[in-house]
Amino acid sequence: MTGLSLYALTGAGLTGLGLYGLIATRHLLRRVVAFNLLGSGVFLFLGAAAARGEGADPVPHALIITGIVVALSASALAVGLVVAQARLTGRATLPEEDTHGDDV
Amino acid sequence: MSALVAVLVLPLAGALAAVALPDRAARPAALMAVAGALAAALALVAVVAAGDVPRLRVGGWTPPVGIVLAGDGLAAAMVLMVALVIGTVAWVARSAMAAERVGARASFGFWPLTLLLWSALNVVFVSRDLFNLYVGIELLGLAAVGLVAIEGRPAALAAAMRYMVFALVGSLLYLAGVALVYAAHGALDMDLLAARTPAGTDALALALMTVGLMAKTALFPFHVWLPPAHAGAPAPASAMLSALVPKASFLIALRLWTEVMPDTASQAALTLIGALGTLAVVWGSLCALVQTRAKLIVAYSTVAEIGYLFVVFPLLPIAAGAWNGVVFLALSHGLAKAAMFLAVGQWMRAAGGDRLDDLRGMARAMPMTSFAFGLAAVTLAGLPPSGGFTGKYLVMTAAFTSGQWGWALVVLLGGLLTAAYLYRVIAALFAERAERVERAEPAGCAAAAQGRGAALAPFVLAGCAIALGLASAGLLDLVAVGRPAPIAGDTP
Amino acid sequence: MMPVFDATLCGLILAVALAAVAGRDVFRAIVFFIVYGLMLAVAWVRLGALDVALAEAAISGGLTAGLFLVAYGRLAAVGAADEPAGLLNPPAALAGCGLSAALGWAWFALPQPDRPAPQLAEALPRSGVENPVTAVLLNFRAWDTLLESVVLLTALIGVLMLARVGAWPGRPGLAQHVRPGGVMAGFGRVLPPVGLLVGVYLVYVGAERPGGAFQGGTVIAAVGLVATLTGAFRPPAVDAPGWRAALVAGPLLFLLWGLAGAVIGNGFLTFPPTLAGAAILAIEAALAVSIAVTLAVLVLGAPEQAARE
Repeated sequence: MTGLSLYALTGAGLTGLGLYGLIATRHLLRRVVAFNLLGSGVFLFLGAAAARGEGADPVPHALIITGIVVALSASALAVGLVVAQARLTGRATLPEEDTHGDDV
Repeated sequence: MSALVAVLVLPLAGALAAVALPDRAARPAALMAVAGALAAALALVAVVAAGDVPRLRVGGWTPPVGIVLAGDGLAAAMVLMVALVIGTVAWVARSAMAAERVGARASFGFWPLTLLLWSALNVVFVSRDLFNLYVGIELLGLAAVGLVAIEGRPAALAAAMRYMVFALVGSLLYLAGVALVYAAHGALDMDLLAARTPAGTDALALALMTVGLMAKTALFPFHVWLPPAHAGAPAPASAMLSALVPKASFLIALRLWTEVMPDTASQAALTLIGALGTLAVVWGSLCALVQTRAKLIVAYSTVAEIGYLFVVFPLLPIAAGAWNGVVFLALSHGLAKAAMFLAVGQWMRAAGGDRLDDLRGMARAMPMTSFAFGLAAVTLAGLPPSGGFTGKYLVMTAAFTSGQWGWALVVLLGGLLTAAYLYRVIAALFAERAERVERAEPAGCAAAAQGRGAALAPFVLAGCAIALGLASAGLLDLVAVGRPAPIAGDTP
Repeated sequence: MMPVFDATLCGLILAVALAAVAGRDVFRAIVFFIVYGLMLAVAWVRLGALDVALAEAAISGGLTAGLFLVAYGRLAAVGAADEPAGLLNPPAALAGCGLSAALGWAWFALPQPDRPAPQLAEALPRSGVENPVTAVLLNFRAWDTLLESVVLLTALIGVLMLARVGAWPGRPGLAQHVRPGGVMAGFGRVLPPVGLLVGVYLVYVGAERPGGAFQGGTVIAAVGLVATLTGAFRPPAVDAPGWRAALVAGPLLFLLWGLAGAVIGNGFLTFPPTLAGAAILAIEAALAVSIAVTLAVLVLGAPEQAARE
């Protein structure tokens, strides 16, 4: 049980790190990296919870695979937006966050 | 049963056809899919109105193994509203999003993205599985972001990126909540979960899911992404984004709090949600009052209208009519908001811009469009005999009879503010074109060039919003089919 | 022994994640993210989720990394690869700590339900495949998977909408110039056949052992990317009909199968036990093709150069 707790708590820690990165970082590409950290943290938490049972539970694994693909799709669109915006404006940050340290 | 499958399959098939077929065949195929899906929505409403709730166990597997789709009254009403709005938008977009006007790229992408948006909405309305809802709102979010960025202007790209950041946070918080629910109960089906033994982590799960959904619905304080995104998209897309997309995540929140976990709903949490709704109403309305661009006025109006929907939350467990009221508000707002954006889009095409100064005298140049806008304003301000009035009446009555008259005051205040900021637009429409007399000809010509059909579109939608109020008894009967048990009391 | 391994692995994962979030260099963040993805795949093996480990390694560790690196190259070319000076953000830090703490508390407060559901065990033999995860993905929760393949397509259309004005309808991404006879060109000759074999095998074996359409499709996408990035292959223009058909082949086949079930009377998206195995394999094959094409174009990016024949 301790081993599983380790992974679950790691997952919890990753979600916190990812959420912080997603909100606080200003470079948009690093924001997408943080989004992936947040997502994989949630998946790790779910996976650890799933491994508590007697036998292997395939449903959470299927959910996590679906989640990984969906996260990839979202990352791809986000990255495409970052590149397109940088191409047009030369900056990879949201306009209101460019020179100030404001919140979103 | 087959109507349920049809409303899901037809938009999807249309989207796939619109992607795969060469450009000349893609648009007719998309339009056929639109027509078919509209017919399917009508069929679904007919089935449900007869008192039957079609339930489909996909693949024949019962939960917790499989996924269940169910078309209750609320789902059917939402499906029909979406069909009406997108059908009308498609009618307008045949010329508004043609390749000659917006370029081959945007014209190619509009139809698949619209049909995918439609499929996603229908998926969310009829699904009874929490994870399936996650996939549905992800699909919805990606299609919506695509529609915001479709024309590729820098402001729209920034708005799309901002929307994306909020949508990403929202999705993952919702997913974290779903993960907690599954970890605690081993089930994802709404009906199975409604019958579960409550666990200590349920409150956290519900909180996470709700915060995620609030970010996606643009409830205050997560609203900052909405006005630039909806104002930056082309008008047909804005109509769909403002009228329809927030309804999906709102519906999930409504079902979570009233059907899946009503026992976890504490009065304090509900009051907090109501407070955020109040702030949304006030803040959105105040921002709308100071805008000079019509599109931004309408977009901030959406922020305020979303606030209304959440103001009703504290009333849901204790007042019978509140649930009906919020449903009426959601439906009439959807129709009216779409009508408004379509009207603004037509003015923009005629006048070249959407600043209030550009719109002076439009009432004379484009009377039917302006009349449609006026009708939509009647619904949003909650004047009789519109659907908006019925919704507000139900909510206020519920508030008074349950002793929570504070929320009724919020609704009242909101109506006054709505009338105020919409009046600014209407006043501009009827104002004299003092220094711009030479633009009368171009405006009239451009208006005529769009044709009678285009002007009819917002009028039809605004008329439907009014009709909701006139035919409210029928709608009340429809949404009563399959309504959750604790709120099964009749309307006052 | 194993607890020490687990503890070390988890500690490393958190450290690398912290390095990816903190600091200012974008490129370093991406590199740390790649390392993170691979370590996470090992963590999934430890948790007994081999299908997930494969998906994590291929998609998160491999494809997302490629996505970031290609994007980083584009950003560096326009000078947008620098992180602006940042201040610590207290509300965000509070939110992050709060979320971690809440989930950590929830872990210890979770009840232990009756899992895996007994209904699942009795339904598995009727699913037509032996790998339980494939059974859930392609049979029990097939509707989710169908929608998931559509989500990929939606992201792709969104990305295509970001094409440079004047580059529509060109070829995705930028043209690659590779020195003939060099290392890159060598990779382009050696890796694709091997990768293709691995990818097809992963798709095929997913019915019985860990694997499946998503994992295999991602490997095939990587093959396409290697071929393109080494100049061995030029992606077709966006309006070429063939690749668009490949794009929708997977979701379309899935949808048609579901409709056939509804029309014949079994029900939407039903897999009768006698046909299930063959149907699932066919759908997985089509899905793998669509996934491969979609992922490859997603990483290459929207057309940026005008089509020149």
